[in-house]
Amino acid sequence: MAAAPNSGLMADSVKDAAIAALLVAVLGFFFFALRTDIGTGGLDLTYRWGMWFTAIAIVFAGRLLLNLFVFKTAKPVTSGITITVPAALTTVVGRFLGPVLLLMAVGLPFIVMVLFPDRDRQFIDLAILIMTYVMLGWGLNIVVGLAGLLDLGYVAFYAVGAYSFALMAQYLNIGFWTALPLAGLLAATWGIILGFPVLRLRGDYLAIVTLAFGEIIRVVLLNWYDFTGGPDGISGIPKPSFFGLDFSRTGGFAEYFGLDYSTIHRFIYLYYIILALALITNFVTLRLRKLPIGRAWEALREDEIACRSLGINTTNTKLTAFSIGAMFAGFAGSFFATRQGFISPESFTFLESAIILAIVVLGGLGSQIGVVIASVVMIGGIELLRNLGFLKEVFGPDFEPTQYRMLIFGLAMVLIMVWKPRGIISSRNPSAVYKERKKISSDMVAQGEGH
Amino acid sequence: MEYFLQQLINGLTLGSIYGLIAIGYTMVYGIIGMINFAHGDIFMVGSFIALATFLALIALGISALPLILFITLLVSMLFTSAWGWTVERLAYRPLRGSFRLAPLITAIGMSIVLQNFVQITQGARVKPLPPQIQGGVTLIEGVTENGTIAVQLSYMQMIIIFTTLALMIGFSLLISKTSLGRSQRACEQDQKMAALLGVNVDRTISLTFVMGAALAAVAGFMFLLLYGVIDFYIGFLAGVKAFTAAVLGGIGSLPGAMLGGLLIGLIEVFWSGYFSVEYKDVAAFSILVIVLIFMPSGLLGKPEVEKV
Repeated sequence: MAAAPNSGLMADSVKDAAIAALLVAVLGFFFFALRTDIGTGGLDLTYRWGMWFTAIAIVFAGRLLLNLFVFKTAKPVTSGITITVPAALTTVVGRFLGPVLLLMAVGLPFIVMVLFPDRDRQFIDLAILIMTYVMLGWGLNIVVGLAGLLDLGYVAFYAVGAYSFALMAQYLNIGFWTALPLAGLLAATWGIILGFPVLRLRGDYLAIVTLAFGEIIRVVLLNWYDFTGGPDGISGIPKPSFFGLDFSRTGGFAEYFGLDYSTIHRFIYLYYIILALALITNFVTLRLRKLPIGRAWEALREDEIACRSLGINTTNTKLTAFSIGAMFAGFAGSFFATRQGFISPESFTFLESAIILAIVVLGGLGSQIGVVIASVVMIGGIELLRNLGFLKEVFGPDFEPTQYRMLIFGLAMVLIMVWKPRGIISSRNPSAVYKERKKISSDMVAQGEGH
Repeated sequence: MEYFLQQLINGLTLGSIYGLIAIGYTMVYGIIGMINFAHGDIFMVGSFIALATFLALIALGISALPLILFITLLVSMLFTSAWGWTVERLAYRPLRGSFRLAPLITAIGMSIVLQNFVQITQGARVKPLPPQIQGGVTLIEGVTENGTIAVQLSYMQMIIIFTTLALMIGFSLLISKTSLGRSQRACEQDQKMAALLGVNVDRTISLTFVMGAALAAVAGFMFLLLYGVIDFYIGFLAGVKAFTAAVLGGIGSLPGAMLGGLLIGLIEVFWSGYFSVEYKDVAAFSILVIVLIFMPSGLLGKPEVEKV
């Protein structure tokens, strides 16, 4: 513990904590102390003074402790735990982090099977989910991170991909591998159709129009009952086959290769499909960045007016970014459909777009590795919060920890952003260099302005 | 004709609510240039506070309905303002001067937090409130082949439209005549210069959020009285539509926000009345897209001049 705080600090801290507690008392009065419930003959009002006082007390104590030991001390505790990483180490880590993560990702199903033999399905399923978000994040990174176009309706293309595969499977009896490129193409086409009229808009206007498009597509899917099944969704979407072999008990993959039948095979197969798709996304992005079109994206992000003066066709440049990003969302969407076997408009709400955008921004715009880290932290974090059953023993049986999931997710979004407004990986290497290659801290550039 | 008039009245009522929310968006956008995504949820919080106050006042034994309504309105405005202030203080002020996307992400985060906070503390089920203000006046009675059709202006609709009018007049005076309004307009034009001239920029921005939240609380209370059903998710759709209204009217312009709100309300009601109820949201959003493509600065907005 630090040296005993002096009396002035103590008084300040108590005063500050009291203000915080008062604020919580005001804010929480109608939410903690009063509760409305449907009762006999209308709404009943119940009083929960205990909960209100507890909340006030927790905030007072928490704020006081933070004030005394973190914020206002002459030597904040945080300064003591700042780790100064030598520059050489960061370059080494930077160089090897990607390959090491890649190796881990490739070997992951087997690592999981060895380490957690009884929960392997669950963990591989989680890995598939995280990898889907990594892919979506990389796809959106082309639009937001590289081209600087703020897209709040990315989930629309995800939905187009998912529904085009599901509908093709239902009406035309087409399998996953045939439908995958078609779904990507359809999503890209939608990207062009939606992008063409709106890409003249700037910044937040573009954001709100893409959001509106996302909602329009969802509402249409919800109400076009004869074709899409409306809120009932589409079920019985076929699983992908392995060169014509399916993963059934008899006559499938296991029998052909002389293995004992296990449902885990399908999980591992799905994992490798999404890993491959994600890596293709990453590879294409990295290569595109070296092509003129990728350079044009980055130039567009930095300064649209300069771009236009140099003769770059900004509309076409934006449109390619938009449609290529949409195409990858389409791939991811059809993978999502085949993994779930069931889709409904419920899966494609605005929240989904917000989560993907949060992954891209929290990871650090334009950073590929940042997207991976942010997906693992955010999506893995959300799923981890599902397993908080043990808290029931602490807080009693009425306590339902899973409902705090999204609350904590939202708080994490706010806190990470306040802590690191430029995202976790906040420096980047420009693709085009003048004389020497050097890292630019992203504070120096106006990236992601979304012109 | 009678049907048309009835829909017109309904549309104006709904539009008043959207307009009140839209003012919050347009003011915040005007002053700090960001979409306050949590504003729709502030509206939702306002309606929950109004509901709890309303029930608490009845439980306290106050029986005069006008008095209850008035106190509820004041209490919900006051407490919702506190929420608006806190959201700005926690999520936006630390990021002032940071790059554009950061406050947008915290705004979305705050919106998720508010929704889930209300869901946890108040439950996920809808809260129905039986209609409190009944009756109205019949304006026109017409005879059609299917019987008589009457154009009704209910007391509820009158209250909503008149409250909105009164608030708009008061609010316009506040912006154009008081020193607070002056410093707000100054911050809108140039924050740095305003600060140099002695305007407390942080305080002005906070007050902008407070005013927006107070108006959203009024909208929330009216929504509760008009529809009689609220839940923790009403903020999203109402928020997006109100933002649409703000953009339609020209973002940054207060009369524009109100006009846009009325138009969105009318479009939604007429679309539901004459075409299909399911696609009323699509109609509102399509209008947004069309307006932005052909008239990017909205109806009353000033065209943005691009400077190098």
